[in-house]
Amino acid sequence: MIRKILLASAAACGLFASASAQDIAIVNAKVWTGTEAGTLENATVYISDGSIQGLGVNYAPPSGTPIINADGNWVTPGIIAPFSRVGTVEVGAEDSTNDTSAGGSQFSVALRAADGFNPAATPIAVTRLEGVTRVAVAPANGGSLIAGQGFIADTSGEADSITDSRSFIYVNLGEGGADLAGGSRPAAWASLRGAFADARGYPARFMAHNEGDTLTRADAQAFGRAVRGQQLILISAHRASDLRLIMDLKTENPNLNLAIVGADEGWMVADELAAANIPVIVDPFSNLPASFSQLGATSRNAERLIAAGVPTAFAHLGNSGHQSRLVLQSAGNAVANGVSFEEAMSAMTAVPAAIFDLDGVGAIERGNVADLVIWDGDPLEVTSAPMSIFINGKAQSMESRQTKLRDRYLDLDESEKPLAYKR
Amino acid sequence: MRHRVFVAVAAMALLSGCGSGTQNEANGSADADAVDRNPFPSTYVAYPSSTTLIKDATVLDGIGGEWTAGDVLLTDGKVTTVAEEIDAPDGAVIIDARGKWVTPGIIDNHSHLGVYPSPSVSAHGDGNEISGAVTAEVWAEHGVWPQDPGFPRALAGGVTSMQILPGSANLFGGRGVTLKNVPARTVQGMKFPDAPYTLKMACGENPKRVYGYGGGRFPGGAPYSRMGNVAGYRQAWAKAVEYKLKWDKYAEEGGDAPTRDLELDTLMGVLNGDILVHMHCYRADEMAQIMDMSEEFGYKVTSFHHAVESYKIADKLADYGACSAMWADWWGFKMEAYDGVRENIPMVHKAGACAIVHSDSDIGIQRLNQEAAKALSDGRRAGIEISNADAWQWLSANPAKSLGIFEQTGSLEAGKAADLVIWSGDPFSVYSQAEKVFIDGALMYERGNEALTPVMDFELGQPGEGDLK
Repeated sequence: MIRKILLASAAACGLFASASAQDIAIVNAKVWTGTEAGTLENATVYISDGSIQGLGVNYAPPSGTPIINADGNWVTPGIIAPFSRVGTVEVGAEDSTNDTSAGGSQFSVALRAADGFNPAATPIAVTRLEGVTRVAVAPANGGSLIAGQGFIADTSGEADSITDSRSFIYVNLGEGGADLAGGSRPAAWASLRGAFADARGYPARFMAHNEGDTLTRADAQAFGRAVRGQQLILISAHRASDLRLIMDLKTENPNLNLAIVGADEGWMVADELAAANIPVIVDPFSNLPASFSQLGATSRNAERLIAAGVPTAFAHLGNSGHQSRLVLQSAGNAVANGVSFEEAMSAMTAVPAAIFDLDGVGAIERGNVADLVIWDGDPLEVTSAPMSIFINGKAQSMESRQTKLRDRYLDLDESEKPLAYKR
Repeated sequence: MRHRVFVAVAAMALLSGCGSGTQNEANGSADADAVDRNPFPSTYVAYPSSTTLIKDATVLDGIGGEWTAGDVLLTDGKVTTVAEEIDAPDGAVIIDARGKWVTPGIIDNHSHLGVYPSPSVSAHGDGNEISGAVTAEVWAEHGVWPQDPGFPRALAGGVTSMQILPGSANLFGGRGVTLKNVPARTVQGMKFPDAPYTLKMACGENPKRVYGYGGGRFPGGAPYSRMGNVAGYRQAWAKAVEYKLKWDKYAEEGGDAPTRDLELDTLMGVLNGDILVHMHCYRADEMAQIMDMSEEFGYKVTSFHHAVESYKIADKLADYGACSAMWADWWGFKMEAYDGVRENIPMVHKAGACAIVHSDSDIGIQRLNQEAAKALSDGRRAGIEISNADAWQWLSANPAKSLGIFEQTGSLEAGKAADLVIWSGDPFSVYSQAEKVFIDGALMYERGNEALTPVMDFELGQPGEGDLK
């Protein structure tokens, strides 16, 4: 049964993989819309010109539209990995392939992770094959607590897959930032306040000399939008006291657009975060006192933050260059620990779309971008996998370097030829 | 031909209850008089247990058997019976487990809990004796901090036993230790009684990176290359063969005892079949060379670890008889992990080789059942049909075999330790959790029950003390 669907969708991929976005209708689907419409059974989703143009249980697509029968399976919006390094590193330990950080650079805010993005990097397809269609890619901290600017890309692997090359500034506070700023949290905050002053004073304070308190001329210029609230500042921190300082920053600068990643002790200040309207990106796996900043870590963090009304997105924060695809497993675990299915799905779709201001993404409704996944089971189950994936309305290849390696070695018979000839 | 000999040696090792030193004492050899081979003996004693009857669960016995509504009887800390219907003995605690699943406890044969504990502050880095490339003389148990909050988290994930290994910086990292996941004030109080010692070795990038490129010097020292790695192993084994000859001669002829060398004691233990080799190795071509090397010196690799490329030589691993302890889907963090595929575990299983799901992670160890579920379903999608019941071997029976403790635990067979888990539902589902964990028949963890949730010393008086984890 399942195999038959796979063949059908594989044929569909063959048909559309190399074509530009075409019309297609997915019928007999169990559609998790991510909107007030909820989950629709036996529904049809009609894709045209890269967007969703029809949706409903009794909806009939224009006659002659090519059909994919989902056979009652789940269809969801493409999953968004809200904190990753996908496409900026090929092999983690090989510096020559790793553009995530630059410890030797004189620059900080001016570093644009997008300049290191390679849409042909192998982690792109590997990530996509798990149903992740969009990624927020953060630079990693090299020499400064301000790592630089992160970007948004889809996982199609196409040349134009970056949709926002300067989506956010990534800043590391807490223990990590303290270390980078010279050895203490006070040093980190002095450095950050200095950077704010430099950016606000640009270009005047750079007339006489080229260096600000914290930033170079180029960094100060690059920081301008963020300090005026026109660009998201994503801050990594865990300890409740660090989170309070971030809320103080927002109180002093109400126009700032802030979000927090990590936030293992977020549940301890959940009501305040909700009142400050600061969203968080948490890793539902994190339940150990991995550092003295994470003593309150608990698998119930997500449940408590959501209950308090904090906009909460999920991420898998370990090996973010290759494994941010595990966000789905994280979400399933969050459900096992008190989060509802609806909230968990939203934490990978609508919530990150809102945090990164992604228009028309993260929900299945008329007019939205056609990023869709057809699953062979419950999308949060570790035993489920995508059968078909659409990005911008285009059916995606279901191959990766990993599937090719697998297929080469499924049969180890070399009696005729070495396996190197098989592909 | 040689191959068969080594299989026999390994079998003997398993039968003899190796590592306890008892066989030499029984022989009354000179060796036993001179040397205490077990100076840090286990003091673990099973906690009190009740006769317990678990009723109407889906039961996986861990060796391929499955009951859809089965009963499991635990008596005196042992599994007594698994059957369709068991009458409750007088006074038995009866657990209605309809809708729940029962499996053997999970055994993780690759953990660094205790030697790299939480919090991971600099003072806690006790897992790699980086001072030399060959440090077979160090023992992981001397670095284990029994107060690691990772232990109770693993318990909540259904882990009843685990192997704590030294890290992979060195060619020979030292001895591993097998622990019961029962909190204790001392590591001796956690040691799995009569488990053989193990030896950690490492292939590939880590040793050459740490030593060859280490310390800010260039070159840092040997090994600098994979060539240097193999030369380093072989030189050490050659010394161990010589050392063993001296001790064998002494055992037979008496006279002055040879000078003891702690490094060579461990290697000799391997050559004698008392100590099991667990070797960190990613690449297929390297594993093949290590298998040859083991035959050169007359020992056996019990398990390759990480084994990201085992799928490329699954047939050879099956012929040799080594286990592969693997992740479901880790890949790409370094060059030797670049060829990871999600079907590695089922492909190894399909070839008839021993497959193990391991964690190497204080996070992963909490959900090894999910890792098995991922591998199982990925395998099925690739056309490899394996039953749930067979797949559970990856989590309990096979790791138990790799640690030489399968006689005692790792399956729900009559007479074995009652190390088992009652799951809230199908443990191959992300939504299921371990509800009750029994170790030697004693209920050591119950989800949501504060009285049965251990809290480590480190967590007392800290934010989150006693919280749901």
